[in-house]
Amino acid sequence: MGHIVLNQITKRFGDVEVIPPLDLTIEDGEFTVFVGPSGCGKSTLLRLIAGLEDVSSGQIQIDGQDATEVPPAKRGLAMVFQSYALYPHMSVRKNIAFPLRMAKLEKAEQDKRVEQAAAVLNLTDYLDRRPGQLSGGQRQRVAIGRAIVREPAAFLFDEPLSNLDAALRVGMRLEISELHERLKTTMIYVTHDQVEAMTMADKIVVLKAGNIEQVGSPLDLYKAPRNLFVAGFIGSPKMNFITGAEAKKHDAQTIGIRPEHIAVSKEGGLWEGVIGVSEHLGSDTFFHVHQTGLADTITVRAGGEVNFHHGDRIFLTPRDDVLHRFDMQGLRIA
Amino acid sequence: MARSITPRRKTLNTSLAWAVGLLIFFPILWTVLTSFKTEAQAIASPPIFLNFDWTLENYAIVQERSDYMRFLWNSVIIAGGSTLLGIVIAVPAAWSMAFVPSKRTKDILLWMLSTKMLPAVGVLYPIYLLFIQMGLLDTRIGLTIVLMLINLPIIIWMLYTYFREIPVEILEAARMDGASLREEILFVLTPMAIPGIASTVLLNIILAWNEAFWTLNLTAAKAAPLTAFIASYSSPEGLFYAKLSAASTMAIAPILILGWFSQKQLVRGLTFGAVK
Amino acid sequence: MATHHSRSAARLMMTPAVVLLLGWMLVPLTMTLYFSFKRYLPLRGGDLGWVGFENYTRFLTSSAFWPSVQSTLIIVGGVLIITVVLGVLLALLLDQPMWGQGIVRILVIAPFFIMPTVSALVWKNMFMDPVNGLFAHLWKAFGAEPVVWLSEASMPSIILIVSWQWLPFATLILLTAIQSLDSEQLEAAEMDGAPALKRFWFIILPHLSRAITVVILIQTIFLLSIFAEIFVTTGGAFGTRTLSYLIFQRVLESQNVGLGSAGGVYAIILANIVALFLMRIVGKNLDA
Repeated sequence: MGHIVLNQITKRFGDVEVIPPLDLTIEDGEFTVFVGPSGCGKSTLLRLIAGLEDVSSGQIQIDGQDATEVPPAKRGLAMVFQSYALYPHMSVRKNIAFPLRMAKLEKAEQDKRVEQAAAVLNLTDYLDRRPGQLSGGQRQRVAIGRAIVREPAAFLFDEPLSNLDAALRVGMRLEISELHERLKTTMIYVTHDQVEAMTMADKIVVLKAGNIEQVGSPLDLYKAPRNLFVAGFIGSPKMNFITGAEAKKHDAQTIGIRPEHIAVSKEGGLWEGVIGVSEHLGSDTFFHVHQTGLADTITVRAGGEVNFHHGDRIFLTPRDDVLHRFDMQGLRIA
Repeated sequence: MARSITPRRKTLNTSLAWAVGLLIFFPILWTVLTSFKTEAQAIASPPIFLNFDWTLENYAIVQERSDYMRFLWNSVIIAGGSTLLGIVIAVPAAWSMAFVPSKRTKDILLWMLSTKMLPAVGVLYPIYLLFIQMGLLDTRIGLTIVLMLINLPIIIWMLYTYFREIPVEILEAARMDGASLREEILFVLTPMAIPGIASTVLLNIILAWNEAFWTLNLTAAKAAPLTAFIASYSSPEGLFYAKLSAASTMAIAPILILGWFSQKQLVRGLTFGAVK
Repeated sequence: MATHHSRSAARLMMTPAVVLLLGWMLVPLTMTLYFSFKRYLPLRGGDLGWVGFENYTRFLTSSAFWPSVQSTLIIVGGVLIITVVLGVLLALLLDQPMWGQGIVRILVIAPFFIMPTVSALVWKNMFMDPVNGLFAHLWKAFGAEPVVWLSEASMPSIILIVSWQWLPFATLILLTAIQSLDSEQLEAAEMDGAPALKRFWFIILPHLSRAITVVILIQTIFLLSIFAEIFVTTGGAFGTRTLSYLIFQRVLESQNVGLGSAGGVYAIILANIVALFLMRIVGKNLDA
């Protein structure tokens, strides 16, 4: 079980309101990602759920029980920290067994569960090492191991991949997703990386300055961002925003078009510009097009091997069916 | 600085440093040497450095004259007891200040340290009176409490600086893992802080061992530690150099040996955690 | 991390230490204040009633007061200067590559472990004795007249003894600080053409300022209350009577508790002035 309801919760540090009144429901078994730029309150929100911080007002329910006043140890949640927070003086075995020891489980049962977790996480050979002797990825697995042995109602992840290098990050991302598939336990995952959010989440919560900007599945957010912030935050490279006369044609203050929704041509098209920097990734090519008269730069995605060069004149044609329109307040026009 | 220097330069450094080191150490060396001389050789002119008749008779005489073991035992109990008691009280306090800091934390720390500056003589008579009334005068328990109190600010300060090097996240992880506050401090914080705690313990044992105001003024016969043992060798017995040296060697040997064996922790401790 | 659970736990866990220290400070302080307004001679009639500020004026106007303040300041100041200057030089020396660094360090630390009573007795008898002391032998060897150290040069003698005890402490702290200096900084300065002396002055010394503050703070705390060194050597004679020692004599030797307590209050005020001054520096210098 792991059904979490946040009811009108707020958090203030002194006079600063970090989280204005906020409502959110996280369904049992759901993989929810809190995403937003740094300082948006996503980590604070996670710590409120964990009980490491008090809410200033409002209520937190876990599985129908009011958990607002329950200390972290009693909430039945497990957390994986950004720094992994392994106990440096204990072996991997003791680290993973620690929550079981605290729960006063029998020694035999402890050993059994540690072995199981180690097998799942490929840590069996490392059980008698100290955390200091492990690589970053292995430490990460120990931290996850420590979380899964206690069979929590929900897992909380606080930017768990930010200390890993790029290649490991992709691997661990998959491992965590697979873990979720297998355990089907509620997971709440905090990240500033929208790629992690898009690839892992069942439900994404986009936060900005403590406010929820939008909640939805990755594709909902991609297809129908509720406002300019979400539109700009989700998707890579960023959505192009165009204001002025071109937007007026679509009865909008601002229109947005994703780089992958613009067709390029040498012969002709709706817009025209000059190629500045082009980035060739092999599978894709990104052009940064200038002198369009629409915006400073329009980013365009083309296929893997296209024969355009710096300084070439290029024609762009946006796909009308995936054009996003926003009003004066920056809200989506349906 | 991993830079290569000429052998000549290194030789020069070495001889200079050794000369200074031996000069600083000389009074101790001289005391130990003299303790093995006869009284006549001890005051021989010119002084004899090494080629004298080594003897243990001074140690025997000192032990016979004043019961060394009793003083030693008092010192051990008072220094060890006050330090342990101090640690037990200081660990929770330092935990609070290091991990749940508030606006007042810094003020409280500085206030605690400032109580160290209260001149002991200013409050000697009141303490003396209180001790008589409570029957603590010339007792080991009384002295243990006083030495614990005078060193408590330093113990707290040192533990605080060591604790602050421990990432809060690890303690939070313990909390998430279901540890109570007691378990968090006992199973996670304390083992992680063992090097710092060891430095603190060592330094405070030394400070308590060598404390010479309260130990001289609040004890008579029963609870007197080694500071009092040696003070009884001020004049006229002090003129018997060999015996004075033997007594001195006996008073400083335990702590000198302890200090040398634990040099590494101690160097860290000596800086009171204030300099890295 | 701050939930009200942890905050209230923190308050609770700080209580024993705070209460003990508060008691340790307030109870005797109150009693000292109380006695200071009384004529109180334990061996000659005990409590002889209230006398207002008489003890205070008597203590302040006694011929011994100002010299004792002066002695205190000279001893504390002298020891601080000697230990800091020699400590910096010694730390620089010990930081150089050499053979047997560990052993030299042990030799240099050793005086710190020596009980003050022991070091005072050893210095007084075996080094400074005008007949059999080593210094006397040394002086005679050069044909000079031996000096009666503890009466003719009492202050320098005491400062020497106390400096010997505290030099290891200063050296170690400063050495630790020097070792933490990023060598790239020095190399950069060398590339910029700064000679050794300038490197010391503009890079090493500023880097040491924090450590020097710590040395001064901690040593002052201990030096203000040195007792055994004077008790054992001069007994306060020959101009070595510090304020602490003067009060000690009033209370214990002449058994005038009222007068001694008034002196105690002065000492406390003096210590607080020094403390306030030091705490401000430290508060700034150690981001506590």
